[in-house]
Amino acid sequence: MKPEDHSRRQQELVGWPVTIETYKLGDVYHCTIANVDPGARVARADGATKEEAERRAVEKASKYLQQTRRFKSEV
Amino acid sequence: MAATLPSVIVTTDWVAQHATDAGVRVVEVDVDTTAYDQGHVPGSAGWNWTTELCDTVVRDIVPAPKLEALLGKSGIDNKTAIVLYGDNNNWFAAWAFWQLKIYGHEDVRIMDGGRKKWVAEGRELSTQKPSFPATKYTAGAPDLSLRAFLPEVQAAIAGTKASLVDVRSPQEFTGEILSPPGLPETCQRGGHIPGAKSIPWGKNCNEDGTFKSFDELKTMYAAQGVTSDRPVIAYCRIGERSSLTWFVLKHLLGFQNVKNYDGSWTEWGNLVGAPVEKP
Repeated sequence: MKPEDHSRRQQELVGWPVTIETYKLGDVYHCTIANVDPGARVARADGATKEEAERRAVEKASKYLQQTRRFKSEV
Repeated sequence: MAATLPSVIVTTDWVAQHATDAGVRVVEVDVDTTAYDQGHVPGSAGWNWTTELCDTVVRDIVPAPKLEALLGKSGIDNKTAIVLYGDNNNWFAAWAFWQLKIYGHEDVRIMDGGRKKWVAEGRELSTQKPSFPATKYTAGAPDLSLRAFLPEVQAAIAGTKASLVDVRSPQEFTGEILSPPGLPETCQRGGHIPGAKSIPWGKNCNEDGTFKSFDELKTMYAAQGVTSDRPVIAYCRIGERSSLTWFVLKHLLGFQNVKNYDGSWTEWGNLVGAPVEKP
């Protein structure tokens, strides 16, 4: 099989830049959301459509990203 | 890529033509341990870095007997050309590469661009897990000249005897965040090891995941004072991102004395009394 309908884009999610990559393999769309730096997977989800896979992945990723704390400089 | 040792890099075209050749084994190692199951280079093995490329009891790299078993079941013997690739610009492929070199495997290569380039090029993916005839693999004695431990890092900053390269994101370097966004915090303090230069690992790669040219890489490191005439120690949070920088410095730029400090910030940033520089 070859991946179809492949897309990769960057956007901001709850204040953090992320990469959203989606492709279809067989009948299933696979979506992976990773932080832009360093690029580690934050969440992934599958779906029957691209929209469904991305919506489910975004929901999961948002939950994890919201837990990231920012510390202000003490200088 | 004008590498000093070009045999360590192969192209996606090369892999498409030779992935199932006798004497070649392609292995996928991903940050996302589920990626292999979503489709991989046909005929490739998949290794899980969280369970198969480490000691799961003691915090350490993979023990020799465990590596021997992993390679044996992957149909790899001491003469096999191992071609590693993975997601996220080959981040964890480099982690596997580093460990294979520690145990003395001679022919290890990385597919330039990794999984990202393979998928973007619309190449064949398989969801079948191949089985391989078992082989006997004998690991060499660990080459610890490739690995830095805490005392060496402490000595290095005390005597400024080595260039320290912090490959984490600028926000981790300054202590604004304690872990990459969306991941659990694994240290008590933020900041960096005193004297370290911030050269994020991702700067080694182009947008398509391939490595930057020899000249671009050399210029980038030289601009930060990181040159081949001085020992270099690279670190990140848990030692994986820095294994890619180690690979670049050692195998693409040809630096002789480069070590990966895999204790990294999860060791240093949890040490009582360790000096920390911020921002």
